[in-house]
Amino acid sequence: MNAAATRAAALLGALALWAAVAHGNAWLGVVNPVLLPTPGEVGRVGLELAWSGELTRHFLTSLGRVAQGFGLASLAALGLGLLVAMCVPLRLMAEPVIEFVRPIPPLAFLPMFLVWFGLGEASKIAFIGYTTFFPMFVAIAASVLRVDVVLLRAAASLGASRADLVRRVVLPAALPGIVVALRVGVGLALFVIVGAEFMGADAGLGHLIMEGRTFFNPAQIVMGALTLGLLGSLINTLLLTVERRLLRWRAAA
Amino acid sequence: MMARGPKIQIQRVAKSFGAPGRAMPALEEIDLDVAEREFVCLLGPSGCGKSTLLNIVAGFLVPTTGTVLVDGRPVSGPAPERGVVFQEYALFPWLTVTGNVEFGPLLQSRPAADRRRTVDRYLDLVGLSAHADKFPVQLSGGMKQRVAIARALANNPAVILMDEPFGALDAQTREVLQDELSRIQRVEHKTILFVTHSIREAVYLADRVVVMTSVPGRIKQVFPIKLPEVRDRFAHEFTRYESDITRVLREEVAKVRA
Ligand SMILES: Nc1ncnc2c1ncn2[C@@H]1O[C@H](COP(=O)(O)OP(=O)(O)OP(=O)(O)O)[C@@H](O)[C@H]1O
Ligand SMILES: [Mg+2]
Repeated sequence: MNAAATRAAALLGALALWAAVAHGNAWLGVVNPVLLPTPGEVGRVGLELAWSGELTRHFLTSLGRVAQGFGLASLAALGLGLLVAMCVPLRLMAEPVIEFVRPIPPLAFLPMFLVWFGLGEASKIAFIGYTTFFPMFVAIAASVLRVDVVLLRAAASLGASRADLVRRVVLPAALPGIVVALRVGVGLALFVIVGAEFMGADAGLGHLIMEGRTFFNPAQIVMGALTLGLLGSLINTLLLTVERRLLRWRAAA
Repeated sequence: MMARGPKIQIQRVAKSFGAPGRAMPALEEIDLDVAEREFVCLLGPSGCGKSTLLNIVAGFLVPTTGTVLVDGRPVSGPAPERGVVFQEYALFPWLTVTGNVEFGPLLQSRPAADRRRTVDRYLDLVGLSAHADKFPVQLSGGMKQRVAIARALANNPAVILMDEPFGALDAQTREVLQDELSRIQRVEHKTILFVTHSIREAVYLADRVVVMTSVPGRIKQVFPIKLPEVRDRFAHEFTRYESDITRVLREEVAKVRA
């Protein structure tokens, strides 16, 4: 059996298990069946939402926020990560600040973002940006610091200027670490988008889930969560494809 | 040919490591001239400062005192006139064999056709034309070091500095590469400073063998090797150089142990 077939079988297996538990519960009445929707019920809600265009709207709204927040954060993390890693005085100044700020759970600052940026788009994008920036920045700076000094020496003795060193040695050498940092960042963005959309949003998958709670519609909550899973795996697949292309040289062996 | 000064002049170079006050001397007062087209091997006990000296000539390290002149001009950092071949190959793993060899010419913005010709020529010289599109992970140690040599040569440096370039290779591959380097040198006529632990390798390759003392390194004795260009490792004169140098080196190695 090939890898794709194994994956499909695993997904079908999980679906079958869910169906068995939900239908078994409906049959035996262990808990109120409304609390444990079956795949069919969730599918029906999903179809209704898709038909009315609501699902697409929520999906694209969340995707847009993730893309903007994560996009800005990754550019900042890349630029500052390179700068801090390559400039010793900056690194000495940055380290204590980062060590203090980094362990604070991002959600602790969510209300602050609502106070600063209001209930609109800006607060969500800024919050995602803030959440994803630090881990990406730290990981990117670390991967730049790990670049083998012998490669820098080799390039310098071939005539590389400082700019050449950054562009032709530091960036490609740190690329595997940078890609890992970006994947961690995307994962985090999806993790916190829901929280950001729970409060004061009129669209987005987090809002869809919250609406499911308000109107007591567990099937809609599950539908929202599953769509988030789909969004996450789509982005991950995209990043893996990019990674495989960029890091062809590692797989060549 | 016009008489000129030495290609490399190492003048009263000393180097200590560590904070001032508690600095540990690694090199003490090295004076050494290397003539144009000369092949000089540095031999010495482990830790005596051979790499330190080579790194100073390369411009990677700044000497504590003294200067290094190349063509009469002081060395102030790495430059393409001084190519370096490292023991650990130091190939760029994200570039193919061609990409690695092309690195120097690309930095000089040489036109594509010109770069192509240079790459072809040097890959041919090291016998790797068939592997031009491979990545370093796909090569054996010996092939990697051939690429590194081609990469250094493609930049057309006047001086090549090599720090135990064959140190990580097995005995057979090592001799093959020594043969190749000797053949390449008969074509390219570079000025070469070559660090090694192998007396045999030094006698096989060098015009002069410089034996250093144990740390802090000084020059103990210099052996001009008066053998034909193409050498026979089993010739009587060859083995006599080997045993002469071994005797001198052994005294220093014994000091390290003591
Ligand atoms: N960056 C450094 N900081 C402190 N001490 C150093 C540094 N580099 C080298 N040394 C010391 O300087 C001395 C010479 O080192 P070097 O690497 O030049 O020796 P070597 O002759 O190349 O040895 P080997 O044959 O083992 O390669 C050693 O005692 C070493 O411990
Ligand atoms: Mg050494």
